[in-house]
Amino acid sequence: MKKLLLTTTLFGAMASATVAMAGDIKVGVIIGFTGPIESLTPDMAASAELAFKEASDSGMLLGGQAIAPVRKDSTCVDAAAATANAENLITAENVVAIYGADCSGVTGAIANNVAVPNGVVMVSPSATSPGLSALDDKGYFFRTAPSDARQGEVIADVLKSRGITDVAVTYTNNDYGKGLADSFATAFAKNGGKVSISASHEDGKADYSAEVGALAATGSKHLAVFGYLDQGGKGIVQASIDSGAFDNFILGDGMIGDSLTDNFGSSLNGSIGTVAGGQSDGAMTFGAMADKAGIKKDGPYVGESYDAGALIALSMQASGAPTRGGIQKNMMKVANAPGTKIMPGEIAKGLKILAEGGDIDYVGATNVEFNQVGEVLGTFKELEIKGGKFETVKIH
Amino acid sequence: MTPDLLNALVLITNYVIVPGLAYGSQLALGALGITLIYGTLRFANFAHGETMAFGAMMAILFTWWLQSMGISIQPLPTALLALPLAIAATIAFALFTDKAVYKFYRKKRSTSAVFVIASIGVMFMMNGIVRFIIGTNDRNFADGERYIIMARDFKNMTGLDEGLGIKVSQGITVVVAVILVGALFLFLQKTRAGKAMRAFSDNEDLALLSGINPERVVLIAWVITATLATIAGTLYGLDKSFKPFTFFQLLLPLFAAAIVGGIGKPIGAIAGGFIIAFSEVTVTYAYKKFLTYIVPEGMEPNGLVQLLSTDYKFAVSFIILVVVLLVRPTGIMKGGSV
Repeated sequence: MKKLLLTTTLFGAMASATVAMAGDIKVGVIIGFTGPIESLTPDMAASAELAFKEASDSGMLLGGQAIAPVRKDSTCVDAAAATANAENLITAENVVAIYGADCSGVTGAIANNVAVPNGVVMVSPSATSPGLSALDDKGYFFRTAPSDARQGEVIADVLKSRGITDVAVTYTNNDYGKGLADSFATAFAKNGGKVSISASHEDGKADYSAEVGALAATGSKHLAVFGYLDQGGKGIVQASIDSGAFDNFILGDGMIGDSLTDNFGSSLNGSIGTVAGGQSDGAMTFGAMADKAGIKKDGPYVGESYDAGALIALSMQASGAPTRGGIQKNMMKVANAPGTKIMPGEIAKGLKILAEGGDIDYVGATNVEFNQVGEVLGTFKELEIKGGKFETVKIH
Repeated sequence: MTPDLLNALVLITNYVIVPGLAYGSQLALGALGITLIYGTLRFANFAHGETMAFGAMMAILFTWWLQSMGISIQPLPTALLALPLAIAATIAFALFTDKAVYKFYRKKRSTSAVFVIASIGVMFMMNGIVRFIIGTNDRNFADGERYIIMARDFKNMTGLDEGLGIKVSQGITVVVAVILVGALFLFLQKTRAGKAMRAFSDNEDLALLSGINPERVVLIAWVITATLATIAGTLYGLDKSFKPFTFFQLLLPLFAAAIVGGIGKPIGAIAGGFIIAFSEVTVTYAYKKFLTYIVPEGMEPNGLVQLLSTDYKFAVSFIILVVVLLVRPTGIMKGGSV
């Protein structure tokens, strides 16, 4: 194992050393190549680098320059290691922008300690914690993955459109569950709805009938479950069906999966749920490109990674020179309307328009549109269980 | 009775009485095992929760084997058929630990504190063995019919607003517990071996003087304990789902039940099991809906009327345990003082 690690690190170091030739524009790629999401990150990094390569190969980036990605490990969980690696990228490698980081905790640490103080733009493809919206980022932090807070709003809107005004809420007792439950409660109250109870549940218990008893005592007819489908969330649904407490469930993205419908089948009919992602034209085009490049297109945050990479390249072009400040100033402009819409695979077209002094609106694989704090709203699928299967009824 | 009153009654039955009865039966069977070992071997067996896990695991393995051969006893769960095999395996395992561990300390006439610590060691060993064989994941092995009566059907049948759902596993749990407890008391009161056990438990020296073979009493105690543990563990797993970690969590309510009832006293263990189960359920239940049905209109409570959040369920056993130890250390039935 140690040997394997050593060789991969060596290989990685060599690879980045050979790619980064003199004169190339260096961009940091810092995501968790080791750690809890190490199975996802190779495709994410490859996807971002696909965008860099597309920009470089077009020959149109700042008069024919090329982007050299420099990979570093964020570890996903170790904030100290991630900060040290980011420091190295910014001071030693002198990168102009950073693609990353991945997990919300290390992303916040890098932004606060290194990137923002040094005036380097970070574009995260996957940090979804609502807490990052309130980051004092001075306009240097962007993310192409929607905040969990957004999902709460989407669920509240779905319920409003269906005329549901009174729900009981139970959430898994961690940052994800609590964040989603809070954002949902705020949005739901704004829509005129009433959350009769918002109770947490612990994962990994044998029996949830007591929890369900308390939830049912409120008299609400609908139960929103913001948990995990192979954990406490499943236990809550099971106990609800057993005691007849609830028939109608509202399911957060952690509850969407075939194992839920396999377990409960048609007794969940009429339940609704939301999950990030959509079937836009951009997503289809990107899917084909990813297939060609040997990247797993349905992996999480792969499209978001491509978009993050493309946005960095396009902002550079818009500022006319590869400078840290220029990238920051132009990020919003290239991502948002007005301008010519740029789809995946059309980076060359975007670079050309920008070189001629035109304006673009990057759409990309995930319908990128930043709000004022530099976050995408993202697309969500509204699902309904019909005949014991999840079916997409609408895209939000 | 007015429909409101009926609704209130059904509501309480559905959320408090039925789950309380099933959980109480499971605790009672587990606490009986602890009490029997305490009575005969004179130590608190911390490995009992893991013995239940081991028994339930064997039941699952045999259930899979039976299922793979296409044997089932619809509408009852196959696990019932697997029980005798699982019990035999667990008895063998319990006797093996007795021979390998406890016998040594019996010969040395060690104090009960030494036995307790040895049993903690056994607990960790069994803990590891169970996880090694079946893994740490959740396993659902209940097959056959799931409900005796479904909440939805009950509502349609009676026209009431409240449903009453009773699971097959809950029904089986209560019935099996009643049969087992009856059989155990017959054994203890009427048979020679049972009388010998009681005599040994009451006064070891006198029993030895009257020619009772101590090794035989110990053997019988392990056989009964392993049987009870396997059945209790399997019923618990059928009713909820099998996960090794939950049996470790069960240890606290089990000991609370045994001590509250009076450790060493079988009747006390049963009473203790139901006291703990019903305290947990009634204290954490939210009575808002119930009160809304029974109080006059306009006086409905606004809050949930929940004494303790469900997160603190296990704290209830702790509180009862502490209060009993302070006020009446020998428990309800005047068992051994701990």
